[in-house]
Amino acid sequence: MNAPLFTPSRREVLAGALIVSFSLRPPRSVAAEEQQNAGPKPKLPGSLKDAAMLDAWIRVDANGTVTIFTGKCEIGQGIKTALIQVAAEELEVEPSRIHLVTADTARTANEGFTSGSNSMKDSGTAIRNAAAQVREILIGVAAERLGVAADQLHAQSGAVVGPDNRRIGYGELVAGDVLHVAAQPASKLKSPEALKVIGQSMPRVDIPGKVTGGVSYVQDLRLPGMAHARIVRPPSYDARLQSLDTSAVEKLPGVLKIVRDGSFLAVIAEREFQAVTAMHALAAHAKWDVATKLPDEKDIFGFIESLPADDYVIAEKHAPAAAAAQSLEAVYRRPYQLHGSIGPSCAVASFDGDALTVWSHAQGMFPLRKAIAEMLHLSDDKVRCIHMEGAGCYGHNGADDAAADAALLARALPGRPVRVQWTREQEHQWEPYGPAMLSRARASLDASGNIVDWQYEVRSNTHSTRPPGAGQLLAARHLEQPFKPDAPKPIPQPEGGGDRNSIPLYALPNVRVVHHFVPDMPLRVSAQRGLGAYHNVFAIESFLDELAVAAGADPLEFRLRHIQEPRARKVITTAAERFGWASTPLPKGKGRGFAFARYKNLGAYCAVAIEVDVEHESGRVRLGRAVAAVDSGQAVNPDGIANQIQGGIVQSASWTLYESVRFNETRILSQDWSTYPILRFGAVPESVEVHVIDAPGQPFLGTGEAAQGPTAAAIANAVANATGMRVRDLPLNAARVKAAIGV
Amino acid sequence: MIPLNVNGRLHEVEDEPNTPLLYVLRDTLELNGAKFGCGLGQCGSCTVVVDGKPIFSCLTPISILQGRKITTVEGLGTEDAPSPLQRAFIEEQAAQCGYCIPGMIMRAHALLTTNRTPSEAQIRDHMNPNLCRCGTHMRILAAIRRAAHAMQAADATAGPREVRP
Amino acid sequence: MRRILFSILLIAVLAAAALFFATHLTIPAEQQTQRTFAPDVVRRGGEMAALGYCASCHTAGNGKPFAGGRPLATPFGTIYGTNITPDAETGIGLWSQAAFNRAMRDGVDRAGRDLYPAFPYDHFTKLSEDDLAALYAFLMARAPVHAPNRTNALAFPYSLRPLLVGWKLLYLNKGPVSSDQTKSAQWTGGAYLVEALSHCGACHTPRDRLGAEIASRHFDGGEAEDWWAPPLNRTSPSPVPWSEESLFNYLRSWDAGHGGAVGPMAPVVAALATIPEQNVRAIAAYIASTLAKPAESEKHVEDNQTQAMQANPQGAQLYAGSCATCHETGAHVPFTVASLGQHTSVHGPDPRNVIHVILHGIQPPEGTVGAIMPAFADTLNDAQIAEIVSYLRARFSGGPQWSNIAGEIARIRRQETSP
Repeated sequence: MNAPLFTPSRREVLAGALIVSFSLRPPRSVAAEEQQNAGPKPKLPGSLKDAAMLDAWIRVDANGTVTIFTGKCEIGQGIKTALIQVAAEELEVEPSRIHLVTADTARTANEGFTSGSNSMKDSGTAIRNAAAQVREILIGVAAERLGVAADQLHAQSGAVVGPDNRRIGYGELVAGDVLHVAAQPASKLKSPEALKVIGQSMPRVDIPGKVTGGVSYVQDLRLPGMAHARIVRPPSYDARLQSLDTSAVEKLPGVLKIVRDGSFLAVIAEREFQAVTAMHALAAHAKWDVATKLPDEKDIFGFIESLPADDYVIAEKHAPAAAAAQSLEAVYRRPYQLHGSIGPSCAVASFDGDALTVWSHAQGMFPLRKAIAEMLHLSDDKVRCIHMEGAGCYGHNGADDAAADAALLARALPGRPVRVQWTREQEHQWEPYGPAMLSRARASLDASGNIVDWQYEVRSNTHSTRPPGAGQLLAARHLEQPFKPDAPKPIPQPEGGGDRNSIPLYALPNVRVVHHFVPDMPLRVSAQRGLGAYHNVFAIESFLDELAVAAGADPLEFRLRHIQEPRARKVITTAAERFGWASTPLPKGKGRGFAFARYKNLGAYCAVAIEVDVEHESGRVRLGRAVAAVDSGQAVNPDGIANQIQGGIVQSASWTLYESVRFNETRILSQDWSTYPILRFGAVPESVEVHVIDAPGQPFLGTGEAAQGPTAAAIANAVANATGMRVRDLPLNAARVKAAIGV
Repeated sequence: MIPLNVNGRLHEVEDEPNTPLLYVLRDTLELNGAKFGCGLGQCGSCTVVVDGKPIFSCLTPISILQGRKITTVEGLGTEDAPSPLQRAFIEEQAAQCGYCIPGMIMRAHALLTTNRTPSEAQIRDHMNPNLCRCGTHMRILAAIRRAAHAMQAADATAGPREVRP
Repeated sequence: MRRILFSILLIAVLAAAALFFATHLTIPAEQQTQRTFAPDVVRRGGEMAALGYCASCHTAGNGKPFAGGRPLATPFGTIYGTNITPDAETGIGLWSQAAFNRAMRDGVDRAGRDLYPAFPYDHFTKLSEDDLAALYAFLMARAPVHAPNRTNALAFPYSLRPLLVGWKLLYLNKGPVSSDQTKSAQWTGGAYLVEALSHCGACHTPRDRLGAEIASRHFDGGEAEDWWAPPLNRTSPSPVPWSEESLFNYLRSWDAGHGGAVGPMAPVVAALATIPEQNVRAIAAYIASTLAKPAESEKHVEDNQTQAMQANPQGAQLYAGSCATCHETGAHVPFTVASLGQHTSVHGPDPRNVIHVILHGIQPPEGTVGAIMPAFADTLNDAQIAEIVSYLRARFSGGPQWSNIAGEIARIRRQETSP
């Protein structure tokens, strides 16, 4: 290993020791790409198809301790705990005896990004299968050693147990390279009835440390000799640094170095508050030309419609149907919205003159490594990226950019680790936003109120400007020799980007869905929790309610009329029953709303019912009771799933009721929580209830993003139910709702 | 040198008097609990308790803290011996990313120290200055209610209560 | 001679009594079902209600709009805003247009009781018939809320309502807002709004010992709920000149030259943000004319940083640690102005506004864009706040140092802890 290896936490120390203790081979990379065998192979489950060697995922040391390696990151979704559960189950080891190492380019498989609610599907599936295969290998070794048939043995509590109760601990069975073998396509997974750990609401392994002040985040990383840096960003996207007087700032106490490369400007100091003070001083001595021309915020949707678009017909279906009796058309709009991590982005980097190590809370360590290596003109093997948690990111926020900042500054100050902490204002102004979107829905009903024709067009920017291109990193664009951002591309179906969830799951005879992909990006945008699904589910499920009203049908009955898939129906009816759905009118100002979606049409099924109280005089929406049902496939940690859905409902409520990025002709005006308000305690729902529907034996489905879209539509439908007026533009803030309901 | 009483221990710190407490806690005393969230007093991630009251450590210069008792989440309990509030947050699994949670715990601690039986409205009102972005609010509220009950029960067995800010 | 005098007095008393009874008769109840209103009249009435800030006094903290219950502290005791929703039992549901007009113009309710001038009928009396009709239509079109009125807590003798007859004889000047033919229609419209409906003088004109606005000191500055309400005339100490544009910005949301509204002015600005722009432009035009100063008297924003620091090093240090993070960044933090000296309150006759803001901070209504400032009540003790307040005054204002800063801080703190 070329990179300097710091040992930031106790767990890391232990895990590092484990590797040394069992492996007699020289250190080697376990990264996926070099592990593939030649020739055609049957498809391996989950991420095993990208990293087939079992010891890329699971290692057992001589004293029986198990270490699991995942290429995914903990981003507050509880993935560490769920992966430990999966491994513990199939390995037959107590969860407390399992150590977990998350994404690290020097140690784990390359599982790309931790995004798209894919971690359980990719990594969970890989680890489960790998664990089952490791268990069988160890049983096989034991069988040989004991001279009995393998089917006479079983695994139990970290050991293989024979018929006469003879036990051999896993530690004694792992000598040599027994686990350094490629995974097989089929695994002997435990049957659903035999599961003991999967399906249990095991407490999260990270919470005790987080509530008692443990080292939990990259923000908490302190390395020997570490210096503190702050960036001075331009006042607007394209502003260039014209002149800079550093003389006064250089004299400030603790200032180690002022780094300027083109319009990238930063200061490094001994102590953190010295860096803060120096940053303010440096900002006061920097002159910028503010060249950015942003479109008129008031007409942003008109502007987006005026931009050229690439059109993709992503669904087209024609079948005979009854004659149309009436048709409806509606347009839905969603503004730019920001991730707004509660902790602004942060990173630590260290450069020894040859190789660079970066600690980052970005969602993809391997793509980040590629981008940073390109930016610094280093080869990939000279850059190591290690994931450490940050505050919840909900998509592509400033994390990668902060890592790039730290990398540039560490290179400027070799031999000393440099910690970069973004300010709140920098995070608000520079993170890539969830894109503004609009969609137009048209549908026809026959005489008995069934949908006979459905047409839907959605217009959006890309939903991913993530690395690996160096030009995707903010700092790289500001350098004297700047890197250009990659040309934006749509994310193809079936997952989709702006068109994610734009194809209705309902059984409709005639369907046409068009994605107008807009390459030009007036504001910096990228992936935000749910991508296009948030907007598309808001639009589709709002429109469905509008159609139900036109058909004189109850919205719940109307949905069930158009959907046959049993799992979808189960989720819908469970949420409705637990909520106590009824068609009876509510008192004036109160309303109830319902919405459903299957995330990406591939992931978790989620239905949300909510009641609201709309204050007539102000238009303010108050949230009452919310009830959700979710089917995430085989539920590994039901409480973890409930936590994600609860959180998704509350966060989506904030997006839906309040949030919109503001800007003028040159710059972003949403710079802090006063200019970009989010939901506070005074306005959260009365209660949020989540019913997790287990699907034993079914594949893991992602949960993290499932609630965003249904919540938005359920609120919009409840507001329409309460007021009789339909608001189709997000957010449903008080002024907009008041304008709709009138005096 | 400014003497600071943090979690019952006296520290002599050499930081400039106008340094906000947050940076002294994190950078000088190497405590992780108080978090940087905005530096503007808008989000509450940096909340600690001073003389029983919740304050934003990002906007509190250490010059005004001589002779005052500063409590951070580290001062409440440990992983092995968590305080009733910390235990309640663990039991309710009241965290997603968890970044805001130490601030939440400290704000709630200030409330429960003086009021063991807050109403739901009082809790929500009291917690309003602190932001959570993951949407963990419902669990945070449940954890505070749970801790209040636990502390009431402990009061009942322990007899007269000693108020320790 | 004495007999004649006595007779005259007797006749006068009898006449006054007759007049009193004639003007204080109960107006017959009118059932809600008898009323229908044109939608555009209701809409205009809604705008009128926003311009009159009716909801400010007639809505309790977390209560239903217009259902009353909000306490209003006055020098004479606490008066509670009444329920003005059309609830028959607890609101004004049985009031006819005539009863409503009498309350607005004469300060007498439907039952014939005199109303306290905390309800600014001395301004509303100038409202046009059409506007009263619109306001009435708007209120009667609200959803009725059953919410019994709270009893006022007034000290004797102020609790005696009949005394108000005398007050009105002295102070209630009926009739329309005086007009000026030389002015524009916008100015005239603004004058009407400011002097009648928006009742700006209620807070911005000083009051005498009987709680009446002192006509000769119109807009000299007054107070509202223990906040100083700055002058709206040439006596304004604002170092940054007000223009129509800056007034419009301020009244609508926030102005880069002067900052934003806090305290009792905050709901005023929130209400003005909801109505058609031309109304606010008219108000701005009129107030700009009352504020206008000769150009040469314009002051610049003071910043006596060195002297203030030398005079009060402790205050300077506290300011550097607690305030400068946001207030010394050249207005880079949203809703901060380039220098605290631009805030009129720093130049006022007393430190109350500054103390209120430091103690309690600024919180915008949930979910709305607006300045956030944390409360420092629990962070700073009285002595520390006093140091900061006197430092701010010395540094940013050319005026004399405020007296009794510490006393005011202690008083305001006490007020908050004993509601």
